[in-house]
Amino acid sequence: MPFTPPKDSFSGKIFEVGIGRGEKAVTIGGENVMPFHGFEGSAPGKPAVAFEVQDIPPDDWPDTVKEVFKDVSGDPVTWASYCQDSLGADAIALRLAGTHPDRGDISAEQAAETVKKVLDAVKVPLIILGSNHAEKDTAVLVRAAEAAKGTNSVIGKAQEANYKTIAAAAMANGLKLIAMSELDINLSKQLNILITQMGFDKEKLITDPMCSALSYGLEYTYSVMERIKQAALAQNDAVLQPPMLADVGMYVWKVKETQAAEADLPEWGELAGRGIAWEAVTASSFLISGAELLIMRHPAAVSAVKKFIAEFSMEVR
Amino acid sequence: MALTGVEIFKLLPKTNCKKCGQPTCLAFAMKLAQRQVSLDQCPDVSEEAKQKLGEASAPPIRPVSLGAGAKAVKMGEEMVLFRHEKKFVNPCAFAVEIKDTLSAADAARKIEEAAASEIDRVGQKLRVDALFLSNDSGDAAKFLELAKLAAARAPEMPVIVSTTSPDAAEASLGQFAGKKAVLYGANAGNLQAMAEKAKAAKATLGIAAKDIDELCELTEKAKALGIEDMVLDSGARSAGEILRDNTYIRRAALKKNFKPLGYPVITFANRPGDTLLEALVAGLAVEKYASIVVLGTAEKWKNLALFSLRQNIYTDPQVPMQVQQKIYKIGEPGPKAPFMITTNFSLTYFIVSGEVENSKVPCRLAVMDSEGLSVLTAWAAGKFTASKIAQFITESGVEGELEQKELIIPGYVAILSGAIEDKLAGWKITVGPREANGIPAFLKARAV
Ligand code: B12
Ligand code: SF4
Repeated sequence: MPFTPPKDSFSGKIFEVGIGRGEKAVTIGGENVMPFHGFEGSAPGKPAVAFEVQDIPPDDWPDTVKEVFKDVSGDPVTWASYCQDSLGADAIALRLAGTHPDRGDISAEQAAETVKKVLDAVKVPLIILGSNHAEKDTAVLVRAAEAAKGTNSVIGKAQEANYKTIAAAAMANGLKLIAMSELDINLSKQLNILITQMGFDKEKLITDPMCSALSYGLEYTYSVMERIKQAALAQNDAVLQPPMLADVGMYVWKVKETQAAEADLPEWGELAGRGIAWEAVTASSFLISGAELLIMRHPAAVSAVKKFIAEFSMEVR
Repeated sequence: MALTGVEIFKLLPKTNCKKCGQPTCLAFAMKLAQRQVSLDQCPDVSEEAKQKLGEASAPPIRPVSLGAGAKAVKMGEEMVLFRHEKKFVNPCAFAVEIKDTLSAADAARKIEEAAASEIDRVGQKLRVDALFLSNDSGDAAKFLELAKLAAARAPEMPVIVSTTSPDAAEASLGQFAGKKAVLYGANAGNLQAMAEKAKAAKATLGIAAKDIDELCELTEKAKALGIEDMVLDSGARSAGEILRDNTYIRRAALKKNFKPLGYPVITFANRPGDTLLEALVAGLAVEKYASIVVLGTAEKWKNLALFSLRQNIYTDPQVPMQVQQKIYKIGEPGPKAPFMITTNFSLTYFIVSGEVENSKVPCRLAVMDSEGLSVLTAWAAGKFTASKIAQFITESGVEGELEQKELIIPGYVAILSGAIEDKLAGWKITVGPREANGIPAFLKARAV
């Protein structure tokens, strides 16, 4: 029997979203097929990987990943430049962790200063993230958005509790916006609708369906992403057509597998390799399920993920 | 295409004799179409119908066993392309490659490493499932040595014998009689001879094609030679090729009921010198339709990541992974040790018990059956309520073990504390932290 490849083609297409400016600008999305299915349609963009940088030293990161940045993490500008110049980052994700009321309660003004300095120092696109404190984020991200006006940076995350203020700030300052909901395709759709009803352009959104770590709910994120992607493509559901983000690092580097010493759990093997693998496997799985933008921490995990991405355009046999 | 109930009905005896246990032939036909009964339950079906129906009622991806006995792995029988549609059925097997060019000592070490890889995770025993013995040397004698070594050191482990030489195949397969090994390496040049060796040894035939077209040709030829059990290699090696070919193969089998590709797939993830990249490619194979994933190495940390991923991908999307309802002891809790409660969602249990372990404070942890839902989800769904908690605690009889009747509840359900106190006479309810990572500090503060 001759073999005719059973190809799928879709009426829908993921929006192409450009972030940053100048030579180092990055475009994600644009595909009209499931992830890496360029063999049956068009998948022009490559997923991008942003390195996570914080406004305060990463005291709560485990040693495996804290050590790598120990000479630069005292200052966000040095840290970001290092990721750009020495690690070849596609983008920088600046998390304003120190603005959280429990972690220093840094003021919105001061946070905006940091954003400005980092923007002046790096050429790659910037993703500006709050501390995930819904209330404080409204104040912080409004000021941060003003500081980033006209840079085509990404800002987030807008959630059900605070989307109005944050989306308005992103709109006023010409920024792309991350909309995060909690692991449910309908909630995700709902939030995107609410944001676009404010007049925000849906082609400037990035969906964060909520990330999780390998063995700690990965299957939920994985399947929600696959379902969103299918609805976007097969049902041509425009509200679900923004590209997706997986904020991998912060979920991975808090689970036990990235922290427990080999001496305590010999059957788990060597700690550093385990932590790096945890981040890389989590990240690559979400690429397969539909993420176009990743936020990661460990350079070794990022470089493995990059090699993995490169293999999709490789013929070896 | 699969036949409909009515089409099947036309081929049945239509006597409504009920010997199949169904009230009518039509009822039987309907059940058959949904694969709820098997054709041999009707004793009177004609040979002609058997042939037509056998083909049509066979699962689109043939079930094939890898190995025999306690450590055998079931492969095939998958019904969907995406895990949210329906549970992926048979978790893929991990096989570690052992080359016959290794020294006997190195080979033995690798075999033992694989054989000793078993770990317990969320209540399941997980391990490297099989050995992939490869005849890299091209020397039949060396290959036989390796086969003997594997048979002696890991007698229960399923084996894939990889060679393109029918003679080397025969000798090595001799070491695995009755073990349902796979003979991998049948190609356009050696198909007939390899098929004979596989048949004689009752082994599964692994087809090594250079692309999907050739794969279809070879499986049809093998089938004509009387081979029923096969595993498929389309020659895909890069991540892009693996995704494309495995997707085409799964789609062809499921959507087109295309028989030449209706077999389990073997995917090669080996990346010599780059074990981390190998883990990512293996992850792709887990997610995208491999039944056997061949690895070059089996470091413990890599195993842990891959076992966990396989477990995640193969859980039932409708039925979350659960742990058994009971009162778990962490450390060696005395009568004064803290007593806490949570739900039986395995994720919740593992996070909470992990943090309690971190605290080094011995505890009792009551895990209540909430149908595998997380604390907040269970609460919202009415499965983690004051009366259910009270009933569980009372029936558990834990009271007798405790010096003071105090129960610590998750911070997210602080709202329940009053209601539980009302229903559990004489108990004090304490609200713990919301996030599990607050548990160590919370417990340590109590201990002083
Ligand atoms: C995944 C998910 C689901 C999955 C189920 C997953 C599962 N197996 O439980 C599905 C999709 C099926 C689901 C369904 C529903 N869900 Co739901 N779901 C979630 C989600 C996104 C994550 C839940 C999760 O896995 N958490 C991880 C586990 C580990 O958390 P946990 O069990 O709470 O444990 C933590 C703490 O409680 C603490 N802890 C646990 N035990 C103990 C014990 C002690 C002593 C201490 C100190 C601490 C402690 O430690 C853990 C880690 O910090 C949450 C949102 C969120 N971000 O939490 C909503 C959420 C829980 N769901 C919600 C709701 C309402 C529902 C539904 C009723 C409707 C709906 N919105 O879909 C249904 C009900 C299901 C049913 N059968 O009827 C609401 C609950 C609202 C509320 N406050 O009451 C939430 C908060 C979402 C929201 N904001 O609306 N859900
Ligand atoms: S046993 Fe066969 S003939 Fe009898 S009722 Fe069932 S299907 Fe019909």
